[in-house]
Amino acid sequence: MPAGVRFATMSLPLLLGLPMLLLAVGVYAIAAAQRPEGGRQVYGIALFACVVLLALALGHLLAGRAPTTLTLPLGLPWLGAHFRLDALAAFFLIVVNLGGAVASLFALGYGQHERAPERVLPFFPAFLAGMNLVLLADDAFTFLFAWEFMSLSSWALVMAHHQEPANARAGYLYLVMACFGTLALLLAFGLLAGPDGGYGFAAIRAGTTSPGFAALVLVLTLLGAGSKAGLVPLHVWLPLAHPAAPSHVSALMSGVMTKVAVYGFIRIVFDLLGEPALWWWGGLVLALGGITAVLGVLYALMQHDLKRLLAYHTVENIGIIFIGLGLALAFQANQMYASAALALTAALFHVLNHSLFKSLLFLGTGAVLTATGERDMERLGGLIHPMPWTALAFLIGSAAISALPPLNGFVSEWLTFQAILISPELPQWLLKFLVPAVGALLALSAALAATCFVKAFGITFLGRPRSPAAAGAVETDRYSLSALFVLAALCLLAGILPGLVVDGLAPVVSLLNGGARLMAQHDRPWLTLVPVVDVKSTYNGLLVLLFMTLSGFTAAFLIHRLASNAARRGPAWDCGFPDANPAFQYTAGSFAQPIRRVFGSIVFQARERVMMPPPGDLRPARFEVKLRDPVWERGYAPVAHAVVALSSRFNYLQYLTIRRYLSLVFGALVVLLLGMVLWR
Amino acid sequence: MHGLAFDIAHFLAGGMVVASFLLLYQDRLSALINIFALHSLVLVLAVGWQAYIQDAHHLYVTAGIALIFKAVIIPTALHRIVRQLGIHRTLEVVGGVGRDMLAGTALVALAILVMLPVTAGADALAREDLAFALAVVLLGLLLMVTRQNAVSLVVGFMSLENGLVLAAAGARGMPLAVEISIAFSVLIALIVIGVFLFRIRERFDSVDMQAMDTFREGRRK
Repeated sequence: MPAGVRFATMSLPLLLGLPMLLLAVGVYAIAAAQRPEGGRQVYGIALFACVVLLALALGHLLAGRAPTTLTLPLGLPWLGAHFRLDALAAFFLIVVNLGGAVASLFALGYGQHERAPERVLPFFPAFLAGMNLVLLADDAFTFLFAWEFMSLSSWALVMAHHQEPANARAGYLYLVMACFGTLALLLAFGLLAGPDGGYGFAAIRAGTTSPGFAALVLVLTLLGAGSKAGLVPLHVWLPLAHPAAPSHVSALMSGVMTKVAVYGFIRIVFDLLGEPALWWWGGLVLALGGITAVLGVLYALMQHDLKRLLAYHTVENIGIIFIGLGLALAFQANQMYASAALALTAALFHVLNHSLFKSLLFLGTGAVLTATGERDMERLGGLIHPMPWTALAFLIGSAAISALPPLNGFVSEWLTFQAILISPELPQWLLKFLVPAVGALLALSAALAATCFVKAFGITFLGRPRSPAAAGAVETDRYSLSALFVLAALCLLAGILPGLVVDGLAPVVSLLNGGARLMAQHDRPWLTLVPVVDVKSTYNGLLVLLFMTLSGFTAAFLIHRLASNAARRGPAWDCGFPDANPAFQYTAGSFAQPIRRVFGSIVFQARERVMMPPPGDLRPARFEVKLRDPVWERGYAPVAHAVVALSSRFNYLQYLTIRRYLSLVFGALVVLLLGMVLWR
Repeated sequence: MHGLAFDIAHFLAGGMVVASFLLLYQDRLSALINIFALHSLVLVLAVGWQAYIQDAHHLYVTAGIALIFKAVIIPTALHRIVRQLGIHRTLEVVGGVGRDMLAGTALVALAILVMLPVTAGADALAREDLAFALAVVLLGLLLMVTRQNAVSLVVGFMSLENGLVLAAAGARGMPLAVEISIAFSVLIALIVIGVFLFRIRERFDSVDMQAMDTFREGRRK
């Protein structure tokens, strides 16, 4: 047996063994949590497991191996537990375990500050194991089991600091949404499996689904995976739950778990459903993605809580990913597989990118949180002086998420735009109009994201400290910094060498796209990224980096050389405030005000009110901003009211006599039996 | 399968339905318990006969368990409970025997109508057995619904469980472990119910469900 083949057959059991190791560590952590070195041990083993998983998945993807399968006698007795490792699973395994490894590395330092380690340590490895098992599952039962396991373990992590009332509410909302999402997925799998109950993915792939059912499966999957990923209007739990968890868990939930949800969507819609039947599927996904992207970033702009701002940005980026996926569906429906390959590559590239920079930003926020104990930007400021390295890493992350070249965020958004630019070739008129509109939304959200991160970085790290906590900050520990810089370096690498990433994604794309993929990029001169043909548009990250470096150095050189370097002494300009108090600085709220006036007055019905005390009154003047959440007020509040009203209507059922209860059971049984007799 | 063996199995399963009707008819608690013992005894015979004709030895164990627990221990225990509670002479007001009998007849018809089309593929014996078993289950539920006394509820529940065992014996293939565990769970249920009966009596001086209901009504207001 050649070594490669032996490795291929061995890799899946090994891949499965590592989540089991993680689960075992989770059990061990229950005992170890009380000991001071327990946290280091748990995170150390989690780091090891994630790195090995990462290496195995990377090996599988880059070597382009055939899918391997494994069946274990677990789960449903007639089904067993099926596992499969193919290119799609391998790619997402890379995303998950890269995030997991870096979060574990960060937690080696960050975890020392945890107030309640016994509430975090057991669930952290379990959460990682759950995500890995979702990706490896090859039947509906195993998939849903792992999915629920992932949801529940992350719920436990959200509830780690449950004493804070906001966290308890976030946890409750998360649990409700997770149950709803799993229900939708359960129904989707039920429809896919058909009346014969073929719940193995192989059986589902082999079977066919009627167009009506297929559309229903698409909608259910959008509900199920979309609620986990944070598609508007199913995003409401996400900005509450992600920030509630400890920061390294927030990074995992926001950077990685949403990607597992994207994986679920891709697996069901692109792989299990087979060929898309109708073009409007793409239109639906596309429209949802566009709305999600813009609303996500608008919500983010209104936030002054750093972690919540990042969580809303996750919503935005999920929108961008779904725009790519929707375009791919639309192209596939019209048999334009080359264009679909471009859209899919863009979406998958953005999956990787977002996991990198969102994890980086959340971990950076964690470092700020450790140093200052503050998440509210209005109480931070000037952190670049005590925490220069954290600030640098956070700046790289901010530039990446704002899609600035030469970082990675630019490449994937640029690829998405390239796919949008091909869309006039689509035959359907509705799509011809819809896609440019979505493109405009995407451009708007990219610009607003840049605004938002100017605010996030500027208010947090620049200026002067706005609170004593911010003034007393110290640089974070070495483990955390190394985690930050691993991610920052990866953001830069993926940005300047995008061709290699695109080539790495090619097996995944051809798997989902009937064999079509983008042309090979690694043999292009100067590693130029050529999505379609040379004459259209190309991008070279290396060249951009080179140009930026050269022009930057030249400018610095010229300024130093030509400008006067004589020292002048004079009073600093104080904006007309001679008594310079840190509170006079630009705040996050004032930075966002123009955007709030332009967009917020429509979307959020933002109302500003200045309350001037009458002369003689010693109260300070107050400025109030009221925002209303349209999604919550229109979508969720009525449902919640209806549930409460309905349950109070049926409250009397709580007070029946035992005989009444028995009679209800008996009556129901008789009615059902009668129905069975009459219906047949 | 046809011939005498079938007829006897049919006769015994039908006997259980008749015994269920007898249970419905009783308005005295000690008589009710005696009829329940008879009900269990018919079950033992039915299961034993199934064991003989199916040549399934584990069913003898089931029959044995049923004989010891349901035909002997449980009725004796219930008699003791009733005597200790001092309610062995009380007449239970039954809403109207005629009404219950009519309802029971309708339920038997329903059971047959449900079971016969569903089990069209199975052999005749299993079909008849399942139909009778469902009828016994429904009659047990009817007994529970129409009675006031907590002890009657227990008897109704136990007779319902007899119906389940009858179905299991006819269906061929329920593992012995399941049957044993069901038997034990029923026994434990009896113990729990017995304890509760005394606790209820301590509090309310009665095991009439009406007393508890009025108590709840009072608390609710």
